[in-house]
Amino acid sequence: MSELTRMGAADLAQAIRSGAVSSVEVTQAHLNRIYDVDTGVHAFLHVSGEVALEAARAADARRSAGESASSLDGVPVAVKDVFTTAGIPTTCGSRILEGWVPPYDATVVSRLRKAGLPILGKTNMDEFAMGSSTEHSGYGPTRNPWDLERIPGGSGGGSAAAVAAGEAPLAVGTDTGGSIRQPGAVTGTVGVKPTYGGVSRYGLVALASSLDQAGPVARTVLDAALLHEVIGGHDPLDSTSIDRPLPPVVEAVRNADLSGLRVGVVKELGGEGYQSGVLARFDDAVKLMIEAGAEVVEVSCPHFVYGLAAYYLILPSEASSNLARFDAMRYGLRVLPEGVDAPSAEQVMNATREAGFGPEVKRRIILGTYALSSGYYDAYYGQAQKVRTLIARDFTAAFEKADVLVSPTAPTTAFKIGEKLDDPLAMYLNDIATVPASLAGVPGISLPSGLADEDGLPAGLQVLAPAMADDRLYRVGGALETMLQERWAGPLLDRVPKLEVRT
Amino acid sequence: MTVTDELLSYDDAVAAYDPVMGLEVHVELNTASKMFCGCSTEFGADPNTQVCPVCLGLPGSLPVINRTAVESAIRIGLALSCEIAPWCRFARKNYFYPDMPKNFQTSQYDEPIAFDGWTELDVDGELFRIGIERAHMEEDTGKSLHVGGSTGRIHGAQYSLVDYNRAGIPLIEIVTKPIEGAVAKAPAVARAYVAHLRELLLALGVSDVRMEQGSLRCDVNLSLRPHGQDAYGLRTETKNVNSLRSVERAVRYEICRQAAALAAGDRVVQETRHWHEDTGVTTSGRSKEQAEDYRYFPEPDLVPLAPSREWIGELRATLPEPPREHRARLQAEWGFSDLEMRDVVGAGALLSIEQTVAAGSTPQAARKWWLSELARRANEQGVELTALPITPGQVAEVQGLVDAGRVNDKLAREVLDGVLAGEGTPEEVVTARGLEVVSDDAALGTAVDRAIEANPDVAEKVRGGKTAAAGALIGAVMKEMRGQADASRVRELILERLS
Ligand SMILES: [Zn+2]
Repeated sequence: MSELTRMGAADLAQAIRSGAVSSVEVTQAHLNRIYDVDTGVHAFLHVSGEVALEAARAADARRSAGESASSLDGVPVAVKDVFTTAGIPTTCGSRILEGWVPPYDATVVSRLRKAGLPILGKTNMDEFAMGSSTEHSGYGPTRNPWDLERIPGGSGGGSAAAVAAGEAPLAVGTDTGGSIRQPGAVTGTVGVKPTYGGVSRYGLVALASSLDQAGPVARTVLDAALLHEVIGGHDPLDSTSIDRPLPPVVEAVRNADLSGLRVGVVKELGGEGYQSGVLARFDDAVKLMIEAGAEVVEVSCPHFVYGLAAYYLILPSEASSNLARFDAMRYGLRVLPEGVDAPSAEQVMNATREAGFGPEVKRRIILGTYALSSGYYDAYYGQAQKVRTLIARDFTAAFEKADVLVSPTAPTTAFKIGEKLDDPLAMYLNDIATVPASLAGVPGISLPSGLADEDGLPAGLQVLAPAMADDRLYRVGGALETMLQERWAGPLLDRVPKLEVRT
Repeated sequence: MTVTDELLSYDDAVAAYDPVMGLEVHVELNTASKMFCGCSTEFGADPNTQVCPVCLGLPGSLPVINRTAVESAIRIGLALSCEIAPWCRFARKNYFYPDMPKNFQTSQYDEPIAFDGWTELDVDGELFRIGIERAHMEEDTGKSLHVGGSTGRIHGAQYSLVDYNRAGIPLIEIVTKPIEGAVAKAPAVARAYVAHLRELLLALGVSDVRMEQGSLRCDVNLSLRPHGQDAYGLRTETKNVNSLRSVERAVRYEICRQAAALAAGDRVVQETRHWHEDTGVTTSGRSKEQAEDYRYFPEPDLVPLAPSREWIGELRATLPEPPREHRARLQAEWGFSDLEMRDVVGAGALLSIEQTVAAGSTPQAARKWWLSELARRANEQGVELTALPITPGQVAEVQGLVDAGRVNDKLAREVLDGVLAGEGTPEEVVTARGLEVVSDDAALGTAVDRAIEANPDVAEKVRGGKTAAAGALIGAVMKEMRGQADASRVRELILERLS
């Protein structure tokens, strides 16, 4: 593993700016690392080496001319395969989109390109972002670099694993109910779900439109903030995008300080059902915050217990409608039904959806179609929206008592591949702590809190803040990261076992 | 195969039953760009050239509401005396069809932008008040072309082509409350309502309302109940009735058809029916009894609309004069009789005449051209008057040529032919076809002399004081000059020579 693939993005950017290393060297080092380890990790569905090197050469040319496109100019990035990329295949981890090359860039992608970040490739994910383990990818699972027998979380397991394995210093993901934060927790990386509307959804292939939010995946809190600044901010192409300046996230990391901060520990997000090592690391972190001058209080959010149920009605409902467009007529897979002479459009559509969608996608389409049906709408979708309102009120009340809320990000460390595949409900429980923030549209960060004693695997801590107060996540995250790294005598990711290299 | 339905005679039908109608009119707005993207809405472009990721429903694309379309919707609502919703949302109407790129239509469901209004129309001197249930915004679908079948419908076709240029064009759907009490006048009321709506939309300037291009499409809901019964009967919905005349015919046909069924002791099947313009009948479509479940839910990709009072006030100030007042004012200004005015309105010529007058013609001349010559041609071609390829300004120009003595009535009709045939402006047609009357004395004199020479007996009569006999000589001159002589000057020259 080259030194370049162990460095954080801020350090790489500094090294490129100073001329110590070129963007081409940094980009090539990561492409080499992908070549070396990705057969085992399978974080990438598509590697866009030429596109990346061309962008790297442009970044180097800018530097020679004394110009810079952004604070991350020349630092390569991996992109979750849920974002459209002009000229680069986009599949969303689904067979139904196999071979589709979008004619347009997502706003997040065009901002990455404009800021000079070479795009290394597209990362694996649960099909259409439905899952918590990346096992539901139509192209095979991604493996956790900490233990290749284990899952890297999901749906953005590819992005988190790429960053943890040194295949990319940065990645962008999407978080609908925890798809950035939970993979962050189980891979020892940093993941942020910004305020809903804080980062454009234009070109993000929708899972659940009212929940989806794009955000950064990184090795450090500062790196995440730098990437957040590149991709965030108002976009007129997304009607739900917030037309206000982005909170000062980078400044918040640089001035991280916990003194006088009121930290609320959410009573409902912990205890029973949480792994003891995860809880122990969480408690350690809370103690550190108190030592650093934070005032810790317990807060109760009584409706959070209904969060998962409401989430698993709203998400499939919206998804069933969003995924209706995959009908074999205009793009993607087209399967002709067997034994039919002159099939109708409807028969072709049925055969294609049958062959192209995996079991989890079908399960959720059926759930959502049912929940929206006349006669059931009020009892399911309608009721879930009411729960959503109540959860938002819980947050409002909690943020009167505390500036930020904290909890473990996920109830357990990474589980074994295949362990929960046949038990959807057990799988859904992975999202129990991350879903409330998604339902309320408030921002959250997950950062590593240490390794669980019983299995030596990373655990994550989640910080939540009020809408448009994303800077608080970085303030707390940055301060905590500094204290934890002092205790660990270095970044947690340095302890990732050495991966087998392709020879 | 078309099944021929039993029909009851119209008089017997309305003697026994009271028709209740509901009209749903879809209006394509004339905004420059589509409802949710920046693509052009120009009619007639090559297939699939006015498309983008949004209106093609490509994965990841998102809609952005066209503000002008919302303004048009609010102005239509205000012109129909509707309430304007202080807060409303779009919804997704989910169903699969290849001409709908997302397999859901972004529409409004239980929160229309405008609701609970009314409008009044005059049908043969009787005033009808039509209640408006709602006017809501939605996007149009693409257009399917079914190739290889005999009917042009998907059934029996070998393959289908889809043009997405139309996908995403803003539509307003205007739905009436049940129209009751029209009885025998129901077909006329239906036609008058659609004509009235067209006039109103034209005056608002929000749509081209060209029915033959599909920018105004009408669905007719109709049920019958025995006179004296309050409860409504089972209704049918006849889709795509796309001309004023067809609206009237379709209502009449459904009255006769449903009455025959009821009179025979059958029940009316609640269903969607297709209108056949050529044969003037409706045929059964899919049955509504297995009604499709559209699984409506609020569109999460759009934020709610909350038009401010100030904005609505500004839009209200842009409304044109209401149609009834507009008509009354024009009638007074033009000095038309009630009967003349009714013909004008009935022919859908009010705006055309108004614009022709504005372009310099007298009201009577404008009326003459639109209601006789042009109405005849529209009728021959089976199109709406306003669909003729001639502008009110050109009609005024033709009349100007007549007034200046440059063409006579006969030549003027030829000029109209030329304009309608796409040969250019009236002036260009006159030049190209050489239609101008000859009033040059030298040319006319030669022809007059020849006519006198050829008709000595007639000339003698005129010399003897029978000036009325000069007509035969004028006719001879006109014939020789292929109708292009200035008739009054010819008369003067004849009388000069024979006095
Ligand atoms: Zn478009």
